[in-house]
Parts: sequence; C-alpha cells; structure tokens
Amino acid sequence: MAYEVVIGLEIHLELQTCSKLFCGCGTAFGQEPNTNCCPVCLGLPGSLPVFNRRAIELAVTAALALNGDIQEESRFDRKNYFYPDLPKAYQISQFERPLSRGGCLQIEVDGNRREIRLERIHLEEEAGKLIHSGDSIMGSEYSLVDYNRAGIPLLEIVTAPDIASGREARIFLEDLRSVLLYSGASDCKMEEGSLRCDANISLRPAGSENLGTKTEVKNMNSFRSVEMALNYEAERQENILAAGGKITQETCHWDEEKKITVPLRSKEGSSDYRYFPEPDLLPLALDSSFIKNIAASLPEMPAARRERLKEQYGLSSKEAVLFTTNRQLGDFFEAAAQTYSSYKNLAGWVQGDLMYQLRESGRSIEEIDPLRFVELLKLLDKKDINRPVAKELLAEMVLNGTSPEKLVKEKSLGRISGSDRLQPLIEQVIAENPAAAENYRRGKDKALAYLVGRAMALTAGRADPGELTKLFKEQISR
Amino acid sequence: MKLYEQTAAQLSRLLQKKEVSSVEVVQSFLDRIEMVEPYVKSFITHTPAMALDMASSADSRRLNGEEMNPLAGVPIAVKDNISTAGLRTTCASRVLENYIPPYDATVIRALREAGMPLLGKTNMDEFAMGSSTENSAFYPTRNPWDLGRVPGGSSGGSAVAVSTGMAPLALGSDTGGSIRQPAALCGLTGLRPTYGRVSRYGLIAFASSLDQIGPLALTAEDSALLMNVIAGHDPLDSTSLPEAGPDYASGFDGNVKRLRIGVIRENVSDHFDPEVTSAVLKAIALLKEHGAIIDEVSLPLTDYGLSAYYLIAPSEASSNLGRYDGVRYGFNAGGDNIEEMFSRTRGRGFGPEVKRRIMIGTYALSAGYYDAYYLQAMKVRTLIRRDYESAFRRFDILIGATTPAPAFKIGEKTSEPLQMYLSDICNITDSLAGLPSLSVPCGINTDGLPLGMQLTASPLNDSLLLKVAGFLEQKRDPLPLRPVVKLPEGGVI
Repeated sequence: MAYEVVIGLEIHLELQTCSKLFCGCGTAFGQEPNTNCCPVCLGLPGSLPVFNRRAIELAVTAALALNGDIQEESRFDRKNYFYPDLPKAYQISQFERPLSRGGCLQIEVDGNRREIRLERIHLEEEAGKLIHSGDSIMGSEYSLVDYNRAGIPLLEIVTAPDIASGREARIFLEDLRSVLLYSGASDCKMEEGSLRCDANISLRPAGSENLGTKTEVKNMNSFRSVEMALNYEAERQENILAAGGKITQETCHWDEEKKITVPLRSKEGSSDYRYFPEPDLLPLALDSSFIKNIAASLPEMPAARRERLKEQYGLSSKEAVLFTTNRQLGDFFEAAAQTYSSYKNLAGWVQGDLMYQLRESGRSIEEIDPLRFVELLKLLDKKDINRPVAKELLAEMVLNGTSPEKLVKEKSLGRISGSDRLQPLIEQVIAENPAAAENYRRGKDKALAYLVGRAMALTAGRADPGELTKLFKEQISR
Repeated sequence: MKLYEQTAAQLSRLLQKKEVSSVEVVQSFLDRIEMVEPYVKSFITHTPAMALDMASSADSRRLNGEEMNPLAGVPIAVKDNISTAGLRTTCASRVLENYIPPYDATVIRALREAGMPLLGKTNMDEFAMGSSTENSAFYPTRNPWDLGRVPGGSSGGSAVAVSTGMAPLALGSDTGGSIRQPAALCGLTGLRPTYGRVSRYGLIAFASSLDQIGPLALTAEDSALLMNVIAGHDPLDSTSLPEAGPDYASGFDGNVKRLRIGVIRENVSDHFDPEVTSAVLKAIALLKEHGAIIDEVSLPLTDYGLSAYYLIAPSEASSNLGRYDGVRYGFNAGGDNIEEMFSRTRGRGFGPEVKRRIMIGTYALSAGYYDAYYLQAMKVRTLIRRDYESAFRRFDILIGATTPAPAFKIGEKTSEPLQMYLSDICNITDSLAGLPSLSVPCGINTDGLPLGMQLTASPLNDSLLLKVAGFLEQKRDPLPLRPVVKLPEGGVI
C-alpha cells in the first residue's frame, strides 16, 4: 500500500525585544548565568507580571506577516507543571484565546506552489535552561539551572497538518524564517535556540482523509535535521505499517549523532497542564488602529518579493529564491540594477564571483558599494578589461573598496589590442615555444590554445584573446 | 495616657506638634510588646532595632523641616505575607521559614517613604489559608479579649497587635475575609479595599484574583490615614486600578442623611448568634435615626458564593504555590532525584490546610473536572457580581454582620474544616465581586467579646465605608477601644 506523510509543525520563536515579556530584564544571549534576572522572572513570591508592549507589537507583526487573524481580545493562561527550569511552576501562555488564529504561508517545492495553513499563533514566556551533569535530569548527579532566558518572549506558531515530507518541512521552515526575518520579529538563530521546532508526524493510505496515529519528534537542532528526522521517522512508521504493525502514540527524540529517532520514556496518560486564566494579567485588548498601523508598516514579504524579482528582472526561480532568502544580497542586486540593465549578467556576477570574493575576504555584502560593482561590469562590457582582470579588480574592490576605474588607470590594466602591439608578442611566443608552433602547424588545434595562454600569461591577462588567436593563425600558416 | 494607648491619629498629632519623638513612640510600643507578646504571640519576627532606626530617621526628617506624611513616625506591624527586603517573610509556613526577600512590596516602599517604622512581621494562618490563625506553622495567636479564644484569621497576628496596643496600626490581607473577620473578632476596624486599589506587588499570593492588602486599625480615621499611604496605582501590578485615590481622611462630617442602606437579609439572620444580630440591628436603628434610608435586600447567591470561593481560591492557590519546590529558595527536603525532592519538600514544607487546598484546587482545574468545578464557579462569580450591581442601583451601602458569631475557642473548629470555612460566610461574596468591604465594631456580648458589623460599597467607594464607620464610632454607645487582657496566672495587662 502507498502511504502519504502528514506533518504538522510547532515552532517556538524568541522575539527580538530588548527586555523580557513581563519584566525589565535584558534578553542578551551569552551573559553570565543568572545575571539577567529579577524577582519577576525568577518567580519570587509576591512578584507580578506586567506586559512588555514591544513584545506584543512584534508578535502582532509576525502574525500579520503570516496572514494571521489578530484577535482584538486575547487572554493569557497559566500552564501548570513542575520542572526546575520553570520558576513559578507555571508558564504564562495563551491557551483558549490566542493572539492570532489561522494564517498561512505559500511555499514552493520543486517549482510547485503549496499553501501551508497555520492553526494559531500565540505569545508565551520562555523557561530557563538546564545543564545536566549526566544525560537527563533523572540520570544526573546534579543539574545546573540558568534563568537568564526565563521570561524572554516566545511566539508559538502551530501549523495545520499540511506538510507532506521532511523536505517540505525544511522548505517551510526556511521560508518561515525569511518571513520572520523580513518582518523584524526575530533573528531566528536556531543555534542560539531562538527558533525551535517540534513536529507531529503520521502516515495514512494515500488519498485517505483520516489522520493516522502520530508521533511527536523533538530535539531537531537545524533545518537539515528536521528534514532528516522526519524522513527517518516516516520511513520507520512505514516499515511498521507495511509489516502489519501499529504506531504507538509517543514522543521521540532525534539523535543527531546516530541519525535516528528514539522514543522517550512515555509516562502513562497525557500530561494535564491544568490551564486556567492568568489572574495576574488583564485580558489583552488590541484596538484595530494598533493592528492597522502595524499592518501598514510591514515590509514586502518574501513570497511577494520572489515573484516580483522574477517578473521585474526576468530572474530564474533559483535566483529569485537566493535573492529572497539572502535578503541583503537581494537588496544589493536591486540597488545595482538601478544603474545596470543587463539583469541576467548582473545576477550571474552577484551570485558567482561576488559571493566567492565575499567568502574569501570575510567581508559582508553591506560593505560593498553597488555603484562600484556596476562600474566594474561596465568596464568589462566596453571590453576595456578582460575577464581575468575583472576578477582581480573585483577581489581588490571587495577587500579594500577601491574603485575599479581608478585601479585600471593607476595600474594600466587596460586591454592590449591592435596588431602593432601584439605582433612582437606573437613572435616572441613562437620563438620560445617552437614545438607548440610546429604541432599547430601539423593540425593540432590544442596547441593554439596553449600559445594563446602563453601570450596571456606574459601580459598578465591583459591582451585581447580573440585578437591573439587571429594573429597566431595568420602567423603560423598550416 | 501612655503613648501605646493612643490611636494613630492621636500619635500623628503629637508627632506633628513635636510633642513627642517617633523614637519615644516606638519605644513605648516595644515595651508594650515585651509585656504582652508572650501571652498572645502576635508576631513571627520582631524588628525592634529596625523600628528605632526608622523612627530616628523619621524624627530627623521632621526636624529638618521635610514635608511629611501625617503618619510619619507612627509605627506599624505588617502581616508576614508581605515581602520586606532583607527581612524574612515566612507566610507562617515551614516552606518559607528562612526566606529573605531581596525586594520590598510596593506597600512596604510606601510605608518607608511615609517614614513609618516597622515593628515586626505578624503571625497568620499559613499562606493566609484559615480563619483562626491556628494554621500558622509556628504557633497560634490568642485573642486578647479571651486568651482561650482565637483572634480570627488569617490576619490574626495583625489584629491582635493593634488590639493589645503592641502596634497602633497594622497591615493585613483579605482574600475571603482575612482582614474583616479578625477585625470583628478583636474589636477593630478592618477594611478590605476595592480589588486593585492597593498594589499586590510583593504580597505573597494565595488567590491572586481575590487577595487585597488593607488596614487594621482602632478607628475609621486611623484606617483612612493608612489608606492614604498605601492606596493608589502601581505600574508593577497589572490589576492595579488606574485611578488616583481620593483623600480617605477627609469628609468625616458625621452625616448619613439620605444614605441608602440595604440590610442584607442573609447576613442578619436568625441562624446567627442572637447577640450579633441584635448588635447589628441596633446600629442600623442608629443610622435610621440619623436620616439614613433603610431597606432590606436579598443576596440569595450567598450559599453558592461559599462553594464558588472554595473552588476559585484553592484553584489559584494550587498554581500560586507550585513554586515552592526547593529549587531556588526556601525549604528543601532533599531527595535522590528531582521528583523525590519536589514531593518531599512540598510534603514536609506545607501544613495540612495548605495541602488540602492545593489538592482541592488541583482537582478543580484537572482535565475533565475543569468545566464542572472551576468554570462553573467562575460563572457563579459573574452572577454574584451582577447581583451586587443591581443591589447598588438601589443602595449606597449594604450592611450585615461580619461574622455569624463572636470569637470561637481555640481548637473548636480545627478538626472540622467546613465549620471553619463557614465562619467566613458573610465575607466571601463581596470578595468574589471585588468590592470594598469593612468591619466596624458594633457591640460587646455578655461574655465581653467584641462583635462586628460589615459594610460593603460599590467599587472605589472605600471612603464612603470609612465615613459611615466613623459616624457609627461617634454616635453609638461608647465601646472600649481595647481589651483588658486577663492573664492566666491572674492579674491584667
């Protein structure tokens, strides 16, 4: 039987606020443990939460960017459970009445557009961080806890079960990250834990409407591991079903080293968080002008940009995706395109040689002046310089910001052409490489390329290769 | 008259005229504490050195000509569930026996700014759960009118400290009667302010949607002076009301003409102690005599109110008290693993009443029971609020007994939690509705025990309650301000 994979994701995202969700403590990553704390985020007896307005703005921003329906009145609830990283033994979250309902994200998988629907988006507080001396809390001699993170605003985004493969999940996450980066709501640094993802995955006979028994996969630390983990889990489930077995509803842990999912020790029954309305906070009422103002200030979102790049500049899908995912690179491209209209050529240079030079030099794209870059391309187009020289100039420009035109003049890097300047060179090369000249004469075409190469080397790449070829041919009569 | 025998208002006048210093005032109360405290056990922590320090600083501020609050230099006792920076705050619980908060509650900051010296932290039922102060993990507090009886609770320590002249004023907290009931049982004026009128920041939560800090005092005027210190908006408490408070101490003109008073049928009941009921009726007659318009009103939801309260308050408590797990502060009983540590710490750290309420609350919030218990109770709460709203369209003030009976004997109700719960029957519904409510003395029974009457107003009309209480103080037959404490070994203090 053929199965189809059904995946829903639950994404947690730290919002990029300066202070925590319910107190004034800072949110900077990498501080000394337990230094960004106060009575409120430590949950000291008697302390009370107060909304951080900025967190609510960012949450609304993110939800609008994901086409969510912002609720004019939402509510906070307490999610009660005991764990040492949870200072109050409850997390202030939103259960019954989330900040935003619905929403969707358009993604493109192998050229096909797919719409992934969202169930809800809500705001909650981050817990602290535990470091165990052993593998787990129960298997450790001791555990250390750092509450610097406790109380940082988190956005939880829950998708509908609309994702059909590990690959699709990865593409969704990449696009989601783009949207969130574009909206400015989060820096989405998975390695710093500011974006985390859990998945629910089940299989069902292809074409069926009913959902199969699902498992929950946790501990996926990169988009790549989300893809691998879900592919692995889908295959594991398929093998069980194909052998006539049944899926157990359980939570699995992705083992990054062994590249397998491992079921966690399952406790009997499901956990009961005893949600109830948070009495220390009033319901969150957002007036429609607040929401409208944020909606009006949203920048162009990646999906729209992708389409526009294709249309406006005739870019390929792949290029449009690159210039959208790498927003700064795309901004650079568009700035350069203002004064340079061979868009295909521009796009080629940006994603090819320019990116290569950026990597080599360790510079970032923001440091490069798009006008200089256009200068370079125009020199090349006018055949004032050769391609090898252009590459050299590009390296110099990326590293030191030097103007290509200026460099050409200073170092006299202009192209050498005209038979009067090239004839002596031809003769010199033939004299130095008589065997190659003889070979060419006898019909070996490859020898000609060798001779041209020698001449180019002698002029540090400045000679016009077309003219050289022509002159060699004339000089060595077959 | 000794300094400790004065009301706060009298002390304020003496201090403002510089006839006495705050150090002298504080010393008088410290001496009184030394004499009386061993018999009543009002305090958990004494702070004589701090009190004298604060007194001398209040004195020098005043001598420097600084503009000061009228209560500057007047000392105060504070219930031990209000956080005091650097000073242990126990909630009368083993779990917080050695807990020292690093920050001051907003009300403590207000007291410090006003220049009110802190005499100590007072005894209470553990986590404010109880009506007799017998649930303190340390020791019960005794009622000075009869040392064999309870002072009420949970703010029993605060009530007794004021009642015996160990402090001229005290702060208590009221979740479902914890200020008003001990005020009634100790012959004091006790105000539960409108919910949100006094900041809860730093008040160790029992039931967040119900807890309010308020004054316990000898007179309405004293209560008003203290309200002027503690009431107001606090940006650190999201449930704090945005309005600025009025001057609670102004307008004590003794006029109740055309005041519309509703007598709550359920709280002036045949089932209550007849002496309580007749004292309340006598006070009502007095109000009528002076031009108040009296009519009866029924609040039939009172019965459901008690049930709703004993679901909502424990539900919130079960969540609020989750944090006492031994990880960050307070008692830690150790264990071989985290779960053992949690359960041992909580098992040994909490007393039986606290555990009972945590269990009730956990049950009421559990999946499958939430709708039938917590949600149902919240619906009842809404109906109670509406009941009051409609009553306040007809009346300015609602009136009834504060408690069904005067102070009961120590140990009398400890084995019967439901009987104990019923002692708050008159105090619960206005708590649920967030209303300001005040207990004022209205008589002494034949055993020499004080009796209290409860006045309730619509939200933010706290000052009206104080005015009516002030009127009653002036017009009724005089009552003793304080008991003569009969010592078990004979003699009186």
